[in-house]
Amino acid sequence: MHELSIAMGIVEAAMDEAQRRGVRVSAVHLRLGALSGVVKDALLFSYDVACQDTPLQGSRLIVEDVPIAVFCPKCKEQRVLPSLQSFTCPECNTPTMDIRQGKELEVFALEVEE
Amino acid sequence: MSEPRLVEVRRNVLKQNDILARALREQFRAAGVFVVSLVSSPGSGKTTFLEKTLTQLQPRYRVAALVGDLATENDAVRLARSKAPVKQITTGTLCHLEAGMVQNALQEWNLHQFDFLFIENVGNLVCPSSYDLGENLRLVLMSVTEGEDKPLKYPTIFNSADVAVITKNELADAVEFDWETARKSIESVRPGMRIFRLSAKTGDGMEAYLEFLSQQRAENQAVAQT
Repeated sequence: MHELSIAMGIVEAAMDEAQRRGVRVSAVHLRLGALSGVVKDALLFSYDVACQDTPLQGSRLIVEDVPIAVFCPKCKEQRVLPSLQSFTCPECNTPTMDIRQGKELEVFALEVEE
Repeated sequence: MSEPRLVEVRRNVLKQNDILARALREQFRAAGVFVVSLVSSPGSGKTTFLEKTLTQLQPRYRVAALVGDLATENDAVRLARSKAPVKQITTGTLCHLEAGMVQNALQEWNLHQFDFLFIENVGNLVCPSSYDLGENLRLVLMSVTEGEDKPLKYPTIFNSADVAVITKNELADAVEFDWETARKSIESVRPGMRIFRLSAKTGDGMEAYLEFLSQQRAENQAVAQT
């Protein structure tokens, strides 16, 4: 369970951005890849703990799940994988490790009030 | 108060770790040391495997190891029997190693003195997958007693690793280990993954794996020099 340290990293990043802009954060939007190694529920729980006694206390964490996308060498197309258990093209079954998306762990936007 | 508005920031949460890992990788390259990390669940035979690796590489190479655990120095004591320099990283409550811990642990060592550095992560198949430690090669270990579908249960860690090592092969018959099913599970979550099947206890299969490490190091040196 490393979600608490990840949550603290999120709070730190958001606080830093907010301070630089002189704004108050009401929500943090996070892009979370299926291959990031982070469990969403544990992260949501940890977020509230990490926010305590910081300017972000009471803010919300909004998580956008990012599925894994690979590039299929045969179809020459980017494909979204339906599961983490099979790194094969869902159309033609060609195995591929050319991962184009799904490792994200990124604070991509903040909902702020002046 | 005005209406809330959305501002785009785009910040990688693990940026700090990634920056440190990149710096470590550059430091390793400059020192000419090839760095191999080991991840697995607790009890997969990581320490025995690493002890044998250190012992058997030593006639030809200068080797060292860092070993991460929540508590105790037991593993460092065991690994020290190999006569290689070994340092324990005690993480306290943390379930994984981060690049900063590796950097701190390496401060007193002159990396130019080593050909290989091994980093044994905390026994955990979940959390270590998120953290780059600057290693050149990540090995994921799985013992024959763990069940053939382990890779399907922990796809992220297998996917993040470069090589799979099936350990405790001397017990394979006793636990009716189904090699073909295990191989397919690994291939499914990490197509093309190199797999070694060995017994650190009897030494069976160690040679091919050690030869592979030598080759990987040589290839890495060749690239680093161009």
